[in-house]
Amino acid sequence: MGNFTRRDFVKAAAAASALPILGRPAFAADPLKVAFIFLGPVGDYGWTWAHNKGRLELEKALGDEVKTTYVENVKEDASAVPILRDLARQGNKLIFATSFGYMDQVLEVAKEFPDVKFEHCTGFKRAPNVTTYNSRFHEGRAVTGTIAGHMSKSGVIGYLGSFKIPEVVMGVNAFTLAAQAVNPKIQTKLVMIDSWFDPAKETAATQTLANLGCDVIATHTDSPAPLQFCQQKGIFGFGQGADMSKFAPKAHLTAIEDIWGPHYIARAKAMLDGSWKSEDFWEGIKEGDVKISPYNAAVPKNVQEAADKIIDGYMKGTYDVFKGPIFDQSGAEKVPAGKAMSLGELATIDWYVKGVQSA
Amino acid sequence: MTLTFLIDALITVIGITTPILLAASGELVVEKSGVINLGVEGMMLVGAITGFAVGFEFSDPWIGVGAAAVAGAATSMIFAVLVLSLGTNQVATGLALTIFGIGLSSLIGTNYTGFAALPFDPPFPDYLAQDPIGRVIFGHSAFVYFALILVFAIGWFLSHTRAGLVLRAVGENDFSAHSIGYPVIAIRYAAIAFGGAVAGIAGANFSMVITPMWAEQMTAGRGWIALALVVFSGWRAGRLLAGAYFFGVLMTLELYAKASGYAIMPSQFWAAMPYIIAVAVLAFISARDGRSGKEPACLGKPFLPNG
Amino acid sequence: MRLVLEKRLEQSRTMVVLTPILSVIGVMILGVIIFDAIGYDGFDAVWQLFITPVIDTYKWRDVATKAAPLILIGLGLSIGNRAKIWNIGAEGQYIVGAISAAGVAYATQEMSGFWIIPLMLIIGMAGGAAYAAIPAGLKTRYGVSEVLSSLMLVYVSVQLLSYLITGPWKDPNGMNFPQTAQLTASQLLPRELGETGLPPGLLFALVGMIIFAIIVDRTVFGFSIRAIGEAPQAARFGGFNSNRIVWAALMISGGMAGLAGTLELMQLTRLNLGYPSGYGFTAIIVSLLGRSHPFGVFVAGIVLAVTYVGGQVAQTVVHVPNATAGLFQALILFAILASDLFVRYRIKIKSSVAEVRA
Repeated sequence: MGNFTRRDFVKAAAAASALPILGRPAFAADPLKVAFIFLGPVGDYGWTWAHNKGRLELEKALGDEVKTTYVENVKEDASAVPILRDLARQGNKLIFATSFGYMDQVLEVAKEFPDVKFEHCTGFKRAPNVTTYNSRFHEGRAVTGTIAGHMSKSGVIGYLGSFKIPEVVMGVNAFTLAAQAVNPKIQTKLVMIDSWFDPAKETAATQTLANLGCDVIATHTDSPAPLQFCQQKGIFGFGQGADMSKFAPKAHLTAIEDIWGPHYIARAKAMLDGSWKSEDFWEGIKEGDVKISPYNAAVPKNVQEAADKIIDGYMKGTYDVFKGPIFDQSGAEKVPAGKAMSLGELATIDWYVKGVQSA
Repeated sequence: MTLTFLIDALITVIGITTPILLAASGELVVEKSGVINLGVEGMMLVGAITGFAVGFEFSDPWIGVGAAAVAGAATSMIFAVLVLSLGTNQVATGLALTIFGIGLSSLIGTNYTGFAALPFDPPFPDYLAQDPIGRVIFGHSAFVYFALILVFAIGWFLSHTRAGLVLRAVGENDFSAHSIGYPVIAIRYAAIAFGGAVAGIAGANFSMVITPMWAEQMTAGRGWIALALVVFSGWRAGRLLAGAYFFGVLMTLELYAKASGYAIMPSQFWAAMPYIIAVAVLAFISARDGRSGKEPACLGKPFLPNG
Repeated sequence: MRLVLEKRLEQSRTMVVLTPILSVIGVMILGVIIFDAIGYDGFDAVWQLFITPVIDTYKWRDVATKAAPLILIGLGLSIGNRAKIWNIGAEGQYIVGAISAAGVAYATQEMSGFWIIPLMLIIGMAGGAAYAAIPAGLKTRYGVSEVLSSLMLVYVSVQLLSYLITGPWKDPNGMNFPQTAQLTASQLLPRELGETGLPPGLLFALVGMIIFAIIVDRTVFGFSIRAIGEAPQAARFGGFNSNRIVWAALMISGGMAGLAGTLELMQLTRLNLGYPSGYGFTAIIVSLLGRSHPFGVFVAGIVLAVTYVGGQVAQTVVHVPNATAGLFQALILFAILASDLFVRYRIKIKSSVAEVRA
């Protein structure tokens, strides 16, 4: 920073207050310090990579007004607490915790630093200085599910999951429901590999799904490994979290991209103009948090149009993949015709829809 | 249950097993010479990033693998100098080596994330691998064949060559070997370097064939499984091969059970099964043999010719 | 003129303390050079990595929090080390200890009382000890190497943890996420001891250190442990039962790991998938660095904790990548291990024979 003495600052501030001020103060004291804690390495080309991309977009958009910091490989245990504390003590006023497992730690440190604002990704507990934010990834699944429904010749599609948490359950359900809208008899085979990142196991699981008849495979895990196998085998797949077409140019039909930049920029701006308050964000295609990558040339025109229609529907708010009638695996009707599932129901969902074959 | 189905499942098993088999084979030689190197995971990662990076820069995957072997061997030399010439504790040094390897590979790899690797063509021409039988015999990557050849070569070397006999003598009774005039320390250096080179190749298997890309810590703990496998095998090459494929089959079975919708037991029981069975088998073998697989008598002890 | 390594008759006391310090300083100097070479402010980076955790009193809390479980597990392991019994699977016993304590918490969710916390600690220790009894039994009955069996059981314990928190013990108010309910007020030890900011685990570590020192140096049991390790034949001849030692060594280290697990559970306030932190493995290094002596283990635990905390500080302040911090931790370990050389050997400059004659 510059060598301002307090007197200089007071003089400058007095001068600045005399200037006509439009929106933001023309003279900002120090840049807003924003910090991020990441679960994995920024080089994972997956979850953390996408968040870091958002951070870089924030830096680009707000330039001198912000100064960002990040810490990667922060474990989801008690060791996150000293890291969060350090970041708060170092003057970071806005801190993003980008994984569910930081929930308790964020809340604890938030109590100690009431004037620092925290944002917890994919969490559900808030406080006056803690916001939660999430992305409606399942909207993207509805798009890929539609494409899968059209492109699958065997009528069996695959889904590589990580853990049985609501986000993944929502994902496979949305994927299946959208595919069933195209082909009511379609089946989804689901494998949970109990990890977010294990390329070798992801490959083996994809091979298993393919051997059991799946010819379009979606993944909820982080690496491009499943796609690479799909390319080898000559079947199709989707990218996860980022455009992965360069790993599998023939197999990669499209991808669901996690776009965190807009949220980070909006929240930093809210800090700068003082309008930040504790809320719960759950944004999707409409707000730009979920983006669909360009379609592979292998996707026929009519399928591209069908997919675009879904995107359009979400943009306008006229489409919701979770609109009844929806049945669970036992055949019971969980959502009656015409009714849509509420956000609260979706956030805690633990059952799969009919057509999902799971262990 | 058609033939094609079984063959595809077998191909999955082979894919999962190969890197573990490679790493374990290298470590087998090291431990036979009386040294325990717990840094396998670290050496594998160094090999993985080196193979990927060099193969990428030179546009030749074979140079990449060669570089991976050299990198693995070089990394193991840190361990060797500390343990053999400076007499440090092998367990602690090996653990430190793992931490070192993770850190070094991540550091080098920061410039290579998000890159797609070059295709690493199978050594046999395509027309041989058209039908299912052809595929399972001829369709694999070079690593698979290398791993099989290697484990047989190691087994033969240890039991049928003079050099192998000397290596085993060094591991069983280093003082006697020294008295006869064999260069114990030099032999152990060679063994450790060999183990490092093979671990490097095993790592390259991950980053160049299984999932052609680099991502931090992509070996996901396979190095530790390889270490367990060496003990499980009773330090015998034949049992090592069988044990490695046993692990591979169990891991694959777990996936098939899940994908087919069978929830006979919660998935975690399936995941724990290889390890429970490993312990049970070991108990069975040990009860029969009297000692759990006859570890080399000098395993883990520093060689101090002067007392 | 050449340098010769001459073995000392007795381990040098001064060197035991001096060499680790010298080697750390050596790594620090090396660090400044390396960091400067790759574009960071070398001096600042090294300062943050090594000095800040030691002089910044705010950081002592973090160092203590990290060191406590390492010391506790390390103390238990050091008993086994001396008897040449290698409990590589302490991590598994750590996890099972926490699971056992969490089980008590689950059963007593609706209850309150002063007895709950001691019960959790005791059950936690018992759980860890019981889990270590498996490798002990396998070794004494079937001769199975404890290295393999305990390591395999680590993976099994991780799966058990996963099963419990995704199934029977899942928090009903947790939005179906894999984690247990939070521990209630009567199940939690205070986060800090009074105003000091230090975690209760540190107190346990200190007390543990003293108890173990007494056991190792002043009891027949402690002597028998060392005897079995250094001269097994003689020890057996002297009447020490090696089987009993195996059971004792493993169950003690298992119990200590279980205790550490329980204390960490109370720090984290619940179990989740991120719970296995690797303390059990790092503690192996701690126990060996500390030369398997209670005081040494205590210091070694602090040293390793400093490297972890330093790594975090370096990331947040100097923006050194996480990988580099890990790299330096390894270099420090190498240096300290290598410096052991000077404890056991002294360097002598020997003049050549010709010079002497002339």
